[in-house]
Amino acid sequence: MSKYKLSHLDQLENEAIFVMREVVAQFERPALLFSGGKDSIVMVRLAQKAFWPAKIPFPLVHIDTGHNFEETLEYRDKLVQELGVDLIVGSVQESIDQGKAVEEKGPNASRNVLQTITLLDTIEKYKFDALFGGGRRDEEKARAKERFFSHRDEFGQWDPKNQRPELWNLFNGRKHIGEHFRIFPLSNWTEMDVWQYIAREKIPIPSIYYAHEREVFMRDGVYLAYSPYITLRDNEKIERKVVRFRTIGDMTCTGAVLSNASKIEDIILEVAAARETERGSRADDKRSDAAMEDRKKEGYF
Amino acid sequence: MDNIEIMEKEFSSQEYLDMDLLRFTTAGSVDDGKSTLIGRLLHDTKSIFEDQLEAVEDASRKMGDHHVNLALLTDGLRAEREQGITIDVAYRYFATPKRKFIIADTPGHIQYTRNMVTGASTANLAIVLIDARNGVVEQTCRHSFIASLLQIKHLVLCINKMDLVDYDEEVYNRIKADFEDFSSKLEIQDIRYIPISALKGDNVVDKSENMPWYNGPTLLFTLENVHISSDYNFVDPRFPVQKVIRPQSDEYHDFRGYAGKIEGGIFKPGDEVLALPSGFTTRVRSIETMNGPLDEAFPPQNIVMTLEDEIDISRGDMIVKPNNQPNIGQDIELMICWLNEKPLLLGGKYAIRHTTKDARCIIKEVLYKVNINNLHKIEDDLSIGLNEIGRIRIRTTQPFFYDSYKKNRGTGSIILIDEATNETVGAGMII
Repeated sequence: MSKYKLSHLDQLENEAIFVMREVVAQFERPALLFSGGKDSIVMVRLAQKAFWPAKIPFPLVHIDTGHNFEETLEYRDKLVQELGVDLIVGSVQESIDQGKAVEEKGPNASRNVLQTITLLDTIEKYKFDALFGGGRRDEEKARAKERFFSHRDEFGQWDPKNQRPELWNLFNGRKHIGEHFRIFPLSNWTEMDVWQYIAREKIPIPSIYYAHEREVFMRDGVYLAYSPYITLRDNEKIERKVVRFRTIGDMTCTGAVLSNASKIEDIILEVAAARETERGSRADDKRSDAAMEDRKKEGYF
Repeated sequence: MDNIEIMEKEFSSQEYLDMDLLRFTTAGSVDDGKSTLIGRLLHDTKSIFEDQLEAVEDASRKMGDHHVNLALLTDGLRAEREQGITIDVAYRYFATPKRKFIIADTPGHIQYTRNMVTGASTANLAIVLIDARNGVVEQTCRHSFIASLLQIKHLVLCINKMDLVDYDEEVYNRIKADFEDFSSKLEIQDIRYIPISALKGDNVVDKSENMPWYNGPTLLFTLENVHISSDYNFVDPRFPVQKVIRPQSDEYHDFRGYAGKIEGGIFKPGDEVLALPSGFTTRVRSIETMNGPLDEAFPPQNIVMTLEDEIDISRGDMIVKPNNQPNIGQDIELMICWLNEKPLLLGGKYAIRHTTKDARCIIKEVLYKVNINNLHKIEDDLSIGLNEIGRIRIRTTQPFFYDSYKKNRGTGSIILIDEATNETVGAGMII
């Protein structure tokens, strides 16, 4: 019977494809949240596979903090053009200009939390009823409690104590008007699975995942990229280092790691040897023990 | 070999790509040490990262624990940490060079049985924990029964906290005998017993030196080697259509494919197939994926199937083979596990979901309720409330194409949805 056996990556791929097709069948206006990070890149590949030979039947949505790595934007624009799908950009700067969001103050100011406001606004504006996210349960302990189909009320809130049971592969996407769902096809993937899949499928990734020289500075034990959006504290100084990024998010809170990894195989070895989670270098998660749960309840990714 | 070489062997070679996947659930009473066991498995297979461990150490100190409370690794929600209990199913991941594992960690509280059913619905194997000091208790029976009802093929009974009974073989033998007595009522063929101490690590990953009388494998060895490839049904071909793919592009102008998951059997190009409910027969033209056409498709593959003739097929229909058809009907008997505070309403109408089909149904009859502690039938109280299990008969608005749950988990399971609240209120297994 070994002929009829799927490897664990194939099983994960099949599970994600099933979920994506189910969403397109059950919802009217789905969209895929695209950050330019490795997880959303894998999601795009899975979406291609799920609907092939048809085009991906939903737009990509980028919630843009305005603090982007340039390489991410280049990658995004090229990808969208190749796929022939629509790109919708929700701008945090616009939310600030409209007075819906207020910029944080001080040297630790980040637009991470503000993204939630822009995200919920964008959902409302385009009347999206299902948003694919690249969240994985291995990332963070609050995410470990996520469903594939995760219900959000009319305020975009998540109620972790009152989630719908999810059995077999019978997904219940029924909702009332104004509510929506967040969909997590990569729920069962680990960071290692994502990298192995990128390697197996030979998917191109933004260059900042590979080692490169960059101006960085140390804050709370984490190297951050120096950029015009940063206010340095007195004791902080800019250094040039060879680094790469393990995750891609807002420039102001995404930590770099010292690395010489120049190809995907190097990255895989690095991930295998890592003694810290990828979110260990995310300043946004260090705010409190339940930072992720609190943000998610309000409607965060 | 130094560390890097070992890692290269583990992660960069074909071995990682060929690894298979085992999904298991863990169940136990509140204080059986379930979260400690998971923490131990993650810790001893080096699946915990330093920052996670630091966070847990921090949290343990705040809670006044003297040792690192590994339970905090899985109890992720604020309310869980505050109350020191597990509320919701938590999923955890670890890998050894042999397998990747997905753990559905389900709470042991009586009021959270619905989580156990949820976790069990996709599992290949269930671990049930027993506190060696207490032996087989009601919850042991309940969890084992649920595992059996959900057709989990392998059950591992971990007799935990052996360190607290001086690693006494007698204790182990008595508990094993007690459970063997009970388990004759279950439908699980493969039951294994392992004496462990999750806290101290005995027989979890490493063989215990404290129990020389136990000659069996450790828990991790068992998880790595249990044979699961025959857990799918490869005999009865079932392909519920999930979505029709019509590219309407120049290149694929006439392409019309049926996307979905193979729920049973094997399909090959050229096979004669029958579409339900229309009853038309045709042949499989091709089985397509973005990576190229396949010679055959088997469960749980998700594919696109094209057919020789254009016949009317849409989502909710099923493609099968003329000589092997599922049951077709509107009157269905099933075991239902109730998941909602509002009890099952006899005569009530619910939305029902089966494979890719949505319909409505009416609850025609409650035949009996099961006492899940001793598996006795209860016939004088037919109300089915939260966390209760019973046998019912329903009538659906349209014909369903189904198999018994025993024959096929995919075509034998349903969920009931409350049409007012949209909540998933019942999980059903067709008899």
